[in-house]
Amino acid sequence: MTIKNSFKQLPNDRGYFGSFGGRYVSETLMPLILEVEKEYEKMKDDSSFKEELSHYMKTYIGRPSPLFFAKRISEDLGGPKIYFKRDELNHTGAHKINNCMGQILLAKRMGKKRIIAETGAGQHGVATATVCALFGLPCIVYMGEKDIKRQSPNVFRMKLLGAEIRSVKTGSKSLKDAMNEALRDWVTNVRDTFYIIGTAAGPHPYPAMVRDFQSIIGEEVREQILKAENKLPDLLMACIGGGSNALGLFHEFLDDKQIEMIAVEAAGHGIDTGSHAASLSGGKPGILHGNKTYLLQSNDGQIDEAHSISAGLDYPGIGPEHSYLFEQKRVQYMSATDKEAIEAFQYCCNLEGIIPALEPSHALAVLKKVAKNYSKEKIVVMNMCGRGDKDIFTIAEELNIKL
Amino acid sequence: MSERIKKTFANKNKKLVTFTTGGDPDLETSFDILKTIINNNIDIVEIGMPFSDPMADGPTIQESSTRSIENGTKIKDIFELVKKIRTLNNEIPVILMGYYNSIFNMGIEEFTSKCVQVGVDGLIIVDLQPEEDADLYLKAKEKNIDLVRLITPTTNKERLKTILNNASGFLYYVTITGITGQNSANLKELQDSINLIRSESNLPIVAGFGIKSREDVENISIFTDGVVVGSSIVNIIKDNISDKKNMLEKIDLFTQDLKAGTGS
Repeated sequence: MTIKNSFKQLPNDRGYFGSFGGRYVSETLMPLILEVEKEYEKMKDDSSFKEELSHYMKTYIGRPSPLFFAKRISEDLGGPKIYFKRDELNHTGAHKINNCMGQILLAKRMGKKRIIAETGAGQHGVATATVCALFGLPCIVYMGEKDIKRQSPNVFRMKLLGAEIRSVKTGSKSLKDAMNEALRDWVTNVRDTFYIIGTAAGPHPYPAMVRDFQSIIGEEVREQILKAENKLPDLLMACIGGGSNALGLFHEFLDDKQIEMIAVEAAGHGIDTGSHAASLSGGKPGILHGNKTYLLQSNDGQIDEAHSISAGLDYPGIGPEHSYLFEQKRVQYMSATDKEAIEAFQYCCNLEGIIPALEPSHALAVLKKVAKNYSKEKIVVMNMCGRGDKDIFTIAEELNIKL
Repeated sequence: MSERIKKTFANKNKKLVTFTTGGDPDLETSFDILKTIINNNIDIVEIGMPFSDPMADGPTIQESSTRSIENGTKIKDIFELVKKIRTLNNEIPVILMGYYNSIFNMGIEEFTSKCVQVGVDGLIIVDLQPEEDADLYLKAKEKNIDLVRLITPTTNKERLKTILNNASGFLYYVTITGITGQNSANLKELQDSINLIRSESNLPIVAGFGIKSREDVENISIFTDGVVVGSSIVNIIKDNISDKKNMLEKIDLFTQDLKAGTGS
């Protein structure tokens, strides 16, 4: 049965969430993208595909990830009960691998022989390199020169896993430009190559497909929180760059109207400085990387460079479903600066013994501020979508500590 | 349909189409380059609207976009450029080529109105396929601007029908799977594709991507109604960036040679 006014039924058959999404790519890619959509539609309801995916989710990734009651932070903030969804405990240390596993199984079934990916923080690159090693497929990862420098541990991990890293020196030398290069590779090698996009953006069906593969996060949360608290959460929180971890947590609950949701963009040096990565708070709708969505851009429609201390959030766009949820006001979009994220990073290390990635540190920074608005019987679930080992060099530099 | 495009293809001579990015390296030089090209009886000029993220282009055209943007070119300046060209020549078809965000950002109504005002005949938008082009197509049609459709080596027969529906002006055949300025086409594959398109459409076909020299022009225009040369001209701009006189002389000689390659 189709539920009227459901947020969960989107996108439509043209890949639109309201007026966002679609397919804006070169003609060369269109036949392939239509084929990916067809194969994905076929496979997502196929029981052998679901079984295979579920097998690897359990035995390889380590799902379900725990739901942890962050007692000391809850007490310190003096507000609601705060739970962390521990997706940083997944194999490879972030939520990214949920999606990579789904996409590589699809690529394999489509008979593709070569895998490409873009990466910002390197978490998606590592996850892609990992599944490629697992299934014996060659892997090429495009990464901005700037990100290669600031995420060197992940670069080395990808190399150990057998991936070839191609340094991208054009434009802002970060995630946006890595995605341009990956698309150029794809259009050149369209017949044998599958592009594993790392976030819920890009041409249809990617935004829906990535979201679906990540939705296991929210599905597990529903079961886990009912077991722990015998009720659903009051507030869900996550950080957003492209927005896949946030959708992974939120999607399951979009039609539970009483549940509040806050997604946190990266405010960099501050939204009013112009040096940030908050596409919704500081951008306007446009077309880039295959979809219509909110983008940071000039008056003339040139895409601006984003800035965030977190390489994973340093992107001037956002997945189209978020643009839709923003305009529908189903999700509240807030932001945290570099400085606030670093403070939240340290706070989490000290109070819970968890070294978070800089990405979820943004969500925690906002949670610290809003917690006082919620009473003690309220329940908050925040997606701890990645661990911070990759970020220790960046943090040390920011804190003027020599390693 | 654009009258200028219709007239241009009224005879069977092979057409030479050039591509340069508007405002590369700056607006004044860009105009002088176009003037040089037009004086050599080139049949159609494509002017690139510079975009920060040209995903379908190779490094040569990417860099030309960057040069243009860094020198301050705005989309409205591209219209000014076309207006100036029209004072020189009111016959040659002028096509704007670019990415959809430039149009979406300005607004389809305003963009197409400006096209009419300055005398733009057609648009080639590389990231806008039939599935998404209805809004622009309707406005363009209303104003007799051709929205030129792209066909590629991966386009299959079924998809070809979708593309040909509403196609006007001419068809742009992308000779390779890839980005601009890279490998050359496989001639056998090209011939098969062109034959397939001819069996379904009477529109003229021009081929582009990877066509670099007079020899390529000769080899490929055997099968098509015309060819597009872009990156090789843009490379001359880049290689002579500090010597404008030399740049224009080289472009002059190169485009004369290309034109001779069409045998017309």
